[in-house]
Order: sequence, then C-alpha cells, then structure tokens
Amino acid sequence: MMASLSRLRLASPEGVGLLLLAAYAAYGLFWLGSIDERDRLFFYEVTLSGLLAGVMYSLVALGFVLIFKSSGIFNFSQGVMALFAGLFLTGFMNDFGVPAFLAIPLTVAVMVAVAFAVERFVLRHLVNQEPIILFMATIGLAFVLEGVGDILWGSDVKPLDVGLPRGASDFLLDGYGLYVEKLEIAAAAVAAVLVVALSLFSQYTRIGRALRAVADDHQAALSVGISLRTIWVIVWSIAGAVALVAGIMWGSKSGVQFSLALIALKALPVLILGGFTSIPGAILGGLIIGVGEKWAEIYLGEVMNALFGLNASWFTAIENWFAYVLALAFLLVRPQGLFGEKIIERV
Amino acid sequence: MAALAETSDAAETLLLVSNIEVIYNHVVLVLKGVSLSVPRGGITALLGGNGAGKTTTLKAISSLLQSERGEITKGSITYRGEPIAGLNPSELVRKGVIQVMEGRHCFAHLTVEENLLAGAYTRGDGRAAIARDLDLVYDYFPRLKERRRSQAGYTSGGEQQMCAIGRALMSRPQTILLDEPSMGLAPQLVEQIFGIVKRLNEEQGVSFLLAEQNTNVALRYAHYGYILESGRVVMDGPAAQLRENPDVKEFYLGMSEEGRKSFRDVRSYRRRKRWLS
Ligand SMILES: Nc1ncnc2c1ncn2[C@@H]1O[C@H](COP(=O)(O)OP(=O)(O)OP(=O)(O)O)[C@@H](O)[C@H]1O
Ligand SMILES: [Mg+2]
Repeated sequence: MMASLSRLRLASPEGVGLLLLAAYAAYGLFWLGSIDERDRLFFYEVTLSGLLAGVMYSLVALGFVLIFKSSGIFNFSQGVMALFAGLFLTGFMNDFGVPAFLAIPLTVAVMVAVAFAVERFVLRHLVNQEPIILFMATIGLAFVLEGVGDILWGSDVKPLDVGLPRGASDFLLDGYGLYVEKLEIAAAAVAAVLVVALSLFSQYTRIGRALRAVADDHQAALSVGISLRTIWVIVWSIAGAVALVAGIMWGSKSGVQFSLALIALKALPVLILGGFTSIPGAILGGLIIGVGEKWAEIYLGEVMNALFGLNASWFTAIENWFAYVLALAFLLVRPQGLFGEKIIERV
Repeated sequence: MAALAETSDAAETLLLVSNIEVIYNHVVLVLKGVSLSVPRGGITALLGGNGAGKTTTLKAISSLLQSERGEITKGSITYRGEPIAGLNPSELVRKGVIQVMEGRHCFAHLTVEENLLAGAYTRGDGRAAIARDLDLVYDYFPRLKERRRSQAGYTSGGEQQMCAIGRALMSRPQTILLDEPSMGLAPQLVEQIFGIVKRLNEEQGVSFLLAEQNTNVALRYAHYGYILESGRVVMDGPAAQLRENPDVKEFYLGMSEEGRKSFRDVRSYRRRKRWLS
C-alpha cells in the first residue's frame, strides 16, 4: 500500500520522469501543429518506420523473455537463432526449391530439434548452476549455431521471398500521402497475431499454465509433477518459432545475412526498458526504442543545435547508440523496467 | 503361504523407507540411516527439531532431492513394493505420491484456482473429472473458493497452506508428504488445518506422512510417530504411546514432572543419547 502510494509521488524519480514525458509530449504536439503539411507527413513516416523497426526488436526481445521467465536463463543466442532459422529457410527455398508453405514448417521442425538438442546437451547438465554459467553456455551456443549455419549454408547474403506483399501501400499513399512498405505492415500484423496467440496460450491452456507455474517457482512446479525438461523444450521451441518469424521479417527486408545476429544486441536495451519478465514490456520496449532511435536520428541533431548550439553532425549516427543511452537513463529511473513483474514479497 | 503373507503385507504398507543415507553436495551427510513405514490409510508423523532431517527425508521420498544436489547413497525406498528411488517427481505424482513443501510454495502470480488446476497437471482423465475434484477441494476449503480469483502471492499464510494442500489433492494422490503445515500459523488455524487433514484421511482415504516440529498437535492427529534426531530415528511408536512417553513429554512436549529443565541438561541428554545409540 505504502509502496504504491510512494510510487505515485511526483518527487520520486519516476514522478519526475513522468512529468518530463508529459512536457515532452505537449511540446511535441505543439511542434507538430506548428510545422507545415509536408514536414508533418515526413514526421509520420519517420514514426511509422520506427514503429515497424521496433516490431523486429520486440520479436527478439519476446524470445528472450519467454526463456528468461521459464528458466532464469539469459539467452544470448536469441538473435543468432533468428539468423539460424533464416538461413535454414532460405537454404530450403533457394538451394532445394522447397516452396515457402513447406519450407516454413520444415524450419519450425529444425528449431524444435534445436530446442531438444539444447535441453539434452546443455540445460540438462547445467541445472542448479549459477545463472552466469548458463549465460556463458548460451554464448557458446550462439557461436555453435552461427558456425553450423555458416558451414551448411555459407555466409553470403541470401535473398528471402516467402510471398509477403512488397512495395508501398497504395491505400496509405493515395489516401494520406504516406509512404509505408506493405512488408512492414505485414510484419506488424504478424507480430500482433503472434503476441495475442502466445498470451492466449499461456493464459488458458494446461501447458501455458505450467509455463507460468515454472516461471514462478521451479521447486513447486517439480513437486506437482511438472517436468522441467518438457517445459524447457517447449519454451525453446516457441522461442525458436518466434526467432523464425523475426528472421523472416528481417530477411524479407534486407536479405538473410550474418548482421542479423546483431539485432540481438538491440534487444538488450529493449529488455531493460520493458522489464525482463514482461511480454507486453518486450513489445512496448521494442516500439519505444524503434521510434526513439528514428526520431533521434532525424531530429535530435537539429534540436541540440538549436537549443545548445551543439554541432549537429555529432548526432548523425545516433541511431546506432541511442537505444543504449536510453536504456542507461532508464536504469537510473526504473531499474525493474516498465512492466517488470512486481516481486510479491510475502510468503 | 509366505508369498501370500508378503502380498498382503505389501497392501498394508504403502511406503517403506529402509536405512537411507543422504548426502548433500557430495560431502554433507544429513541422514544417517533412516527407516520408516507408512501404512495405507494412516497418518504417520515424522517429528524432530530444526535440522533433524525431516524435510530431507520427505524430499528423498519424493525425489525433490535431485534438484538440490542431494543424493541417496545407501538404503532403499519402496512404494507398494516397487523401488522408487530412481524415479523423477513427475512419475511419482502419477503413482500417487505428492509432496506439499515446507513454506507452501504456491505459485505467487497464478490465481488460487490456477494453482489448484496446476496441481492436476499430470492427470489425463479429462476436464470433467478435474472440475469435480476442484469442487471437492472447495468443499474442504471453502475459504479457497472465496479467494479463487486472487493471486496466491497476496493471500494469507493460512490460505496459502490450504492452497498448497488443495493443489496436491488435485493430483488425486494416495499419499501426501506434508511438510510442516503448522509453520507460522496461529494455533486455531493449525487446528483447523489438521482437522481437514484428518477428514481427508478418513473420508478420502488419503494416507499422510507428516513432518512437524509441533509435536503436540501432530501426535494428537497422527496414528503413529517417528522421532528424528540429527539424521537418525531415535524413537518410534503409536502416537498415543509417544504422548505418554516421559522423554517425549520432557523434550518435545515441553512438560516434565519436576518442571522445565535447563538447556544444559537437554544438551547433555542429547549427548548421552548419541553415545548410547
Ligand atoms: N540443500 C542443502 N544443502 C546442504 N545441506 C542441507 C541442504 N538442505 C538441508 N541441509 C542440511 O541438512 C540438515 C537437515 O535439514 P532438513 O531441512 O532436512 O531439517 P528439518 O528437520 O526439516 O528442519 P526444520 O524443522 O528446520 O525444517 C540441516 O543440517 C541442513 O543444514
Ligand atoms: Mg524442514
């Protein structure tokens, strides 16, 4: 009770953060009203493309959260899993001519096999070890997956076309004068469906309930007969499928390439923002980072120049590091993240 | 004739623990040869002070030791005549043996009802049967029905204990290993919970192995008792007999003819006892 009251106090770091945010939003609206039509459309486009890039971060972060919640493992290899899935998918389609509607389930099967292998050869032997050891194991796993992908499919950039719509959305272009890729809208839609399906699954099914039970209390879950091994295989399979979706989206846009693994690094600030245990947090965190870095890239240089006379060129590549600065600032204000699960203290 | 006697004996004794030793982390020897048996339809109490090894004994039976780097290095455990020492907890729950852990361990972010349903995880007999048992649990614990939609983490200690027992019941167990149900609860709540345990035992035929520090209450509800001291059974007998035993009275029930003895006497008693055994 006291805690929730003090959480609302404006003098707290969070209160200050909220006030700043409100002031910022008000200023933004005012600014938006003051600029001309063309600039405003440009702003919308920047925002939308940020949101859509954010969806990708959200998907990777989602995989992280699933595994972290159910096993306490910080899975460094989540980004590489997206690459790995993408490589198999393009391999099946481009090298063997398998049509997309078959290649996708095949790749899901590969990711399930990876989940089994991870449980059998890594997790099973490391239960009860320190989290840092498990984290190291996932770093190793990342290298193994990357290596296997490279050996099997080569390291060149592979085009991926699973039949997602391409080009600009005519509806938005003709109706509102906005240029938005159809592909990105499809990505957002798929991500939304995925998230809804996942939350229905975890809320209303027996296995979903078991997943949440394991996330809450391993020992108790064991005591009622839930097999942790089964749960781990399921969770890693789901994370693999989510990685595949991320791989498809990213790969459709810019080809499947090894830099895909780097989006995993962007997932870290997303997680700090959203909280390591919250699925909605992962989604919202991804969107905030996506939009934030696009805004920063386009506008921050000008603003800093106008306000403080700073050299605008200092901020040219800010898209690459904005997320980390934001995460750092966020750590100071709200370390458990936006939606970090409240730890229920009483026993 | 001998075979017949053996089978009827196996039907009587559900759980038989023979002379087990348990070592934690490969070095800490905690149980030094514990033997006990749990008959069908009985409430068997496992008594002893802090660190005596009660929880370790229960976890050795339910296989929860595996996840705590504990290991049974000697002795055997059988359930209805079958060895069960190598099974995992999930197989044991399917066989009808389930542990209610010390400190309740409800799933804090799940609602009370979801906790109960999680207890039915291993069952494959359909939603209707599970729904019937849910109603049964709510009959025994009306309080849980009132709180069914609350997150278990926000319910009171007594409600959590009920939730933990109810969750175990949802697996349709034959034997419940109940670890320290009285811990941290007010006396009348303790009576209430033990009353329900007794009813479950009589009406549902559930057998209990009950680890307790609260000797007084446990011996009033149990049929038989074992007293554990630093990893060894030092005494056992029918509950009524243990209640009347002068040593038990003195050291576990806190009464004695010439009033309470000093701590030093207790210590020397223990030391003597260890030399003797
Ligand atoms: N995971 C573990 N690793 C090492 N030693 C342990 C572990 N768990 C328990 N022990 C030790 O084993 C001994 C017996 O512990 P146990 O929990 O079985 O006692 P208990 O009779 O249940 O006591 P209490 O009434 O306090 O619950 C204690 O000395 C304890 O320190
Ligand atoms: Mg104990």
